[in-house]
Amino acid sequence: MSESGSNENPEIQSRLKIADEEPLIQVSGRQLERLTKMYREMLLIRRFEEATAKAYAQGKFGGFCHLYIGQEAVGVGSINTLREGDYVVSTYRDHGHALVRGLDPRTLMAELFAKRSGIVKGKGGSMHFFDKQKNFMGGHGIVGGHVALATGIGWSIRYRKSDDVCICFFGEGAANIGAFHEGLNLASLWKLPIIFICENNHYSMGTPEYRALSVQDVSIRAVAYDMARDHFEGDDVLKVYDHVNQFVERARRGEGPALLEISTYRFRGHSMSDPAKYRSKDEVEIYKRRDPLNRAAKELEMSGVPEKELSRMESEARETVKAALEFAENCEPPPPSYLYTDVLV
Amino acid sequence: MSSTKISMREALRRAMTEEMERDPDVFLMGEEVGHYQGAYKVSQGMLEQFGEGRVVDTPISEQGFAGLGVGAAMCGLRPIIEFMTWNFSLVAIDQIINNAAKMLYMSGGQFPIPMVFRGPNGAGGMLSAQHSQSLESYYVHCPGLKVVMPATPKDACGLLKTSIRDNNPVIFMESEVLYNYIDDVPDHEYLIPIGEADIKRPGSDLTIITWSRGYHFVLEALPEMELAGLNPEIVDLRTVRPIDEKTMYESVRKTNRVLIVEEGWPQASVGSHVSDLVQRNCFDYLDAPILRVHQEDVPMPYASNLEKASLPSTAKIMAAVQQLLK
Repeated sequence: MSESGSNENPEIQSRLKIADEEPLIQVSGRQLERLTKMYREMLLIRRFEEATAKAYAQGKFGGFCHLYIGQEAVGVGSINTLREGDYVVSTYRDHGHALVRGLDPRTLMAELFAKRSGIVKGKGGSMHFFDKQKNFMGGHGIVGGHVALATGIGWSIRYRKSDDVCICFFGEGAANIGAFHEGLNLASLWKLPIIFICENNHYSMGTPEYRALSVQDVSIRAVAYDMARDHFEGDDVLKVYDHVNQFVERARRGEGPALLEISTYRFRGHSMSDPAKYRSKDEVEIYKRRDPLNRAAKELEMSGVPEKELSRMESEARETVKAALEFAENCEPPPPSYLYTDVLV
Repeated sequence: MSSTKISMREALRRAMTEEMERDPDVFLMGEEVGHYQGAYKVSQGMLEQFGEGRVVDTPISEQGFAGLGVGAAMCGLRPIIEFMTWNFSLVAIDQIINNAAKMLYMSGGQFPIPMVFRGPNGAGGMLSAQHSQSLESYYVHCPGLKVVMPATPKDACGLLKTSIRDNNPVIFMESEVLYNYIDDVPDHEYLIPIGEADIKRPGSDLTIITWSRGYHFVLEALPEMELAGLNPEIVDLRTVRPIDEKTMYESVRKTNRVLIVEEGWPQASVGSHVSDLVQRNCFDYLDAPILRVHQEDVPMPYASNLEKASLPSTAKIMAAVQQLLK
C-alpha cells in the first residue's frame, strides 16, 4: 500500500524518524463531511501560500515570510477539534493556523501587503496575525516566548471557570528555550486546559533536530512535567484530528494539559530568503510523496467524491485567493497617523 | 480630611486589597506572595482574605509567570505580577518587552494588556551586585510601558490603585529600603494620576528633579542645604514614563538651575533623558549646566563603606548644589 518510497533511502528515513505511511481509508457520513471540510481548508492554505510566495517574489511585500506549505494537515486537523470560544496561539509561521481558524483571507493578504485594512492595520505583517473576535491570540516572533502566553490563556480560562481550551503551536526549535519549560511546568502544576502542539518539521531554520534536541521525540519532555503526551505523523489530517481531539476533550473535562509532537515537513525553506540547501533533494522528495493534500484527495476519491467535486473545491480555493489578492492590491497603505496609535490604550 | 501614618508596605497592601475587593478580575501572583505572606510582607494577610485562587504562589519561574500574566491580560484579566525583586525581572524581560509592551501595537489595537508588574527595586543593604540594581532605565526605554516609582506611602497607594485600573502594562517599582518608611496616608479612598509629578518642596534657588529613593537622598541633604541658606525646589517625578514635562519645565524656568538625583547608573539613564529634555526645552532659562548625582558607574559592592560610597549622598548632593550656584 505504501507509496511513500521511504524505503528507498533508509538512512534519511531513520534520521528523520519517518513512520510508515498509514493505509488510505474509505470514509462516510460525518467523517466524510469532516474530511471534505478539512481538505478544502488545506487547499485554501496551499493556494494562499503559493500566491503569497509569488507576490513576495514579485516584490509586492517585504519582511520575513515563513510558509506553511507541507504542514497543512497539522494545523487543519488540530484546529478543527476546537469550538467557538476556544483559543489558538501561533508562531511566526501563522498563515495556515489563521486561515483554518476562519480569519478573513482578504484581511490576511492585506496585512502581508502592509495595508490599512490588514488584520492588524499593517502593524504586524506576516508574523503577527491576531483576531480578537476569533480568539486567535497571535502570531508571535520570539521562538518559544509565546508558550508562556498560552499558559496565561489557560489560566484565565480556569480563573473564569469556563470549559474552553487553548491550543498552542510551536516548532521543535522552541522546545529548547526556557519559556517552553517554565510554561509547561506551570500548566501541568495547575492542570490548565492547554494542548501544546510541537509541529516538528525537523529543522530550526538550518539546524537539523539531531544537532539541537537531546531527545528523539519532543513529547518525551512531557514526562518531566507529568503531562499527557503523544507522538504521530502529521500527514493524515483525519488522524491528526482524532488524536488531537482526545486531548482537547480531556483538557475540556479539566484533566489537564498535554504535549504532542506531530511530525511534519515544510516543503519550502525556513523563510522566503532561505533556499534550504541544508536538505537533500532525496529527503524533500520523500516528504513530497507524503503530501497531506494528495492523501486527503485520494481518500475523498476512494470515498466516492466525484472528481468534478474535487476540481470545484480547487477552483473555489483559487477564487478565494484571487479575491484576497485583489482586495490587498486595492487597499490603501496605513496613513502616517497610524504610527502613533495603539502604543498605549 | 483625616489621615493615618502607615508604612510604604501597608500603603501598597491597602491599594491591592482595595482594588481586589473592587474588581474580581484583579489577582496577585508571584513568589512567596501567599503562604509566606510576601518576601517583604507587602501581601501579608491577603491570602487569608482572597484565597489561593487570587493570591497565587508560583515556583521560581519569572519568565513563566510574567508571560502567564501577559496571556491572562490578553484575555481581559488584570494581573498584578510581583517580582520578589526587580533584579529577577531580567530573566523575564522578553515577556515584558516583547509581549507586554508590544502586544497592543502589533495586534493593531486589538489586545490591550491591563496589568501591573511590581516589586522592590534598587540597593538593599550589603546585598552586592546581583541584588542591588536600580533598573528603571531598562523599562523606561521601551514604548508601550508606563513606569511608576513612588517615594512616599501616600503616592504609593494612590498610584498603585491607578496602575491596577490602567489598561496598559505598568512597571511599578518600589524601593527596597523604603518599605518601613512611615508617613501620612489619607483615610478616604483616593487615586493619583499616572504622569503627574509632585512638587514636594517649593523653592526658588534651584530645581532638584528626582524620584523614588532619590527623593530620600535629597531629604537627607535638605537640612544642610537649608543651613547654607539655600531654598531648593524638589520635583518628585513619581512617574518616569510618561514624564510630567510641564511641571519640570515650569520649575526650571523659575529657578534656572537643575540638579538631577537618581539611585541608578549614569549611562543612558532616566536622569540623562531628563537632562536632554530640560536642555532642549529650557535652554534659554538655564544659568548653569545641568548637574547629576547618581550611583557610581560600577556594580554594587558588598562592603558597607563601599556600597555607601557608590550611592548618592549628602556630600555628593551638596558638592553639586554648590557648583550649580557658584
